[in-house]
Amino acid sequence: MRHIIGILMENESGALSRVAGLFSARGYNIESLTVAPTDDPTLSRLTLVTSGSDEIVEQIVKQLNKLVDVVKLMDLTEYRHIEREMMMVKLRVGRDDRDEVKRLTDIFRGRIIDVSAATYVVELTGDSAKLDAFIEALRPFEVLEVVRSGVMGIARGDVALKI
Amino acid sequence: MRLSGGVRAPTLTTFTVAGDQTVELTGAEIFVRCLQEEGVDLIFGYPGGAVLHIYDALYKQDKVAHILVRHEQGAIHAAEGYAKSTDKPGVALVTSGPGATNAITGIADAYMDSVPLVVFTGQVPTHLIGNDAFQEVDTVGITRPCVKHNFLVKNVKELATVIKKAFYVATSGRPGPVVVDIPKDVTAHKAEFSYPKTIRMRSYNPTIKGHSGQIRKAIDLILTARQPIIYTGGGVILGRASKSLTDFTRLLGYPITNTLMGLGGYPATDKLNVGMLGMHGTYEANMAMHHADLVIAIGARFDDRVTGNIEKFCPYARIVHVDVDPSSISKNVKVDVPIVGQVDNVLKAMIKEIKADPRKPDAEALKAWWKQINEWRAMDCLKYDRESKLIKPQHVIESLWKATKGDAFVTSDVGQHQMWAAQFYRFDKPNRWINSGGLGTMGFGLPAAMGVQLAHPGATVACITGEASIQMCIQELSTCLQYQLPIKVVNLNNRYMGMVRQWQEFFYQGRYAMSYMDALPDFVMLAEAYGHVGMRIENPGDVEGALKEALKLKDRLVFMDFITDQSENVYPMIPAGAGQNEMILV
Repeated sequence: MRHIIGILMENESGALSRVAGLFSARGYNIESLTVAPTDDPTLSRLTLVTSGSDEIVEQIVKQLNKLVDVVKLMDLTEYRHIEREMMMVKLRVGRDDRDEVKRLTDIFRGRIIDVSAATYVVELTGDSAKLDAFIEALRPFEVLEVVRSGVMGIARGDVALKI
Repeated sequence: MRLSGGVRAPTLTTFTVAGDQTVELTGAEIFVRCLQEEGVDLIFGYPGGAVLHIYDALYKQDKVAHILVRHEQGAIHAAEGYAKSTDKPGVALVTSGPGATNAITGIADAYMDSVPLVVFTGQVPTHLIGNDAFQEVDTVGITRPCVKHNFLVKNVKELATVIKKAFYVATSGRPGPVVVDIPKDVTAHKAEFSYPKTIRMRSYNPTIKGHSGQIRKAIDLILTARQPIIYTGGGVILGRASKSLTDFTRLLGYPITNTLMGLGGYPATDKLNVGMLGMHGTYEANMAMHHADLVIAIGARFDDRVTGNIEKFCPYARIVHVDVDPSSISKNVKVDVPIVGQVDNVLKAMIKEIKADPRKPDAEALKAWWKQINEWRAMDCLKYDRESKLIKPQHVIESLWKATKGDAFVTSDVGQHQMWAAQFYRFDKPNRWINSGGLGTMGFGLPAAMGVQLAHPGATVACITGEASIQMCIQELSTCLQYQLPIKVVNLNNRYMGMVRQWQEFFYQGRYAMSYMDALPDFVMLAEAYGHVGMRIENPGDVEGALKEALKLKDRLVFMDFITDQSENVYPMIPAGAGQNEMILV
């Protein structure tokens, strides 16, 4: 089963490689991993998407907790939560394509954030399935680049991952 | 060893502080002061370019002694021996690059066996890091998967705090090795010195007390079991819980078995002890585990050498598991009642609960259970040919046990001799059996014995080894001479890598690929060349006499080369993939 784990870590050099190293050393899957400092610059927030049986995910959570730099973590899958991912797509757009790409972007509530003579860059935010669907919808066009942030997650309501 | 350049030698200030004046110290001086503050009296190491400032600062003081090994692997194993035989962490100091990489085997060994170590590695100056500088290696990167934690100190102002953290992390919770990588310029730069008295890390808070609700659940199972067994591991030794474990076991009168790492946690000669379990454990221990209806696991981690085939492991038992490390729980075997906490703390709480509980263990059921266990015991699974014309390795260990009255510190290397040592030297006290369990590092025994002997100068320290293992760190015989370490090396020389040979005999139809040790040195002459006493023993009748003679030489290292039966195998044995009840007996 797919799990999305939020992690608060000391914002120190090498902290991210401890997480990545743990996953490769123990043979766990990482589907995506995002990381950036929080409002408290001494802390980084990671969102990690992984999959495995209940036993494996239990071990993953325990092993992550065991890392000395990990301050706190939360398996968001156990809570009502929101997931978002951001994507930027660069497309080659001929004169005839421009209207259709604009329409699709509107339908998906995306934005065109860069325009050149022959290209658009479209920005889109949503859950991963929506991003997948947009890429699917762009199939008739020439996609030059796809950049995805990986999933970020946060729990709904009063539940918060904080120290 | 060539020296790396980079930083000019610092001008050293004195350590004394006049009045309120704060004096700035160099990183090297701060390093030494930190060790003194931590109460470190002994470190093991090998100098090199990146740590020269530190060696200079060590030279100018006399509180921290330094033991010069002959290879960095030896420094780490010696520090392990020191730590495993005392209640203090081991400390090692090596240089950058090859100094650090040579230390890796030892660090990985300490990680697998949860040995509290603080290993300081030199690093090239900060401005050269990442430049492929001379003797540069990414020590923090290389050691990351085999340390409990590691640090790179980039600023001299952080040095004291990092060292404090390193000792705290290494020795608390489930212990383990911590590496502190110190660039050369950091040891030259100056800062005000103050050593933190305590340290708090928001990201690191090991659990101490067991959950009281879980403890009560465990007590319910413990007091209603009909065929219980207590299964304990290295966590009891590391957690200094031997006394509590003994009280707990005797209070219940239940059978107890120890893992390889747990030997000595409960007296081996006590009748409640059914011996070691696992691949080369006793028949009675493994059968009792297989047939138990309750397994009380304490400071043990259900290692594959213990469980055998996991599908067939303890099919009738419910399992209580006490461990300081939550990730050890339900990792290999799903348990019914997990209790996370310090083993000693939890045992004491359980003893209190049991004493207060009106229920008592079922005497009738227990009697029947012991009757069954004693029938298994009567199989005498450790029997061997006592009439043999060749020296039986088991006979040597048994004789050593008798000659030292079971009171020696014993280190071992890895292989058949290690298993025989575990089976035939019966440890009644904790911290006496020092071996490499998890990583299985050949070469561990001799340097580990150095650490033990230095920690216990007057004690008898024996290193049980084989002609293959001993050659992996043989150079440390030179260290032993320099520091006058009267270790008794018991070399069980069968001219084979015995355990490899045994597996080839059992599972590869006797195709002994590369397991024969050809062109062996004359160990007697070798020992003498290193300035020690050498003995060769070839007849079974001479074993006791030789041991006695060697033990009389209280101030000399004696290398006893026992020429043993080449065909002897370690029995009993659970073959790989089999269950605990499927042992091969002699």
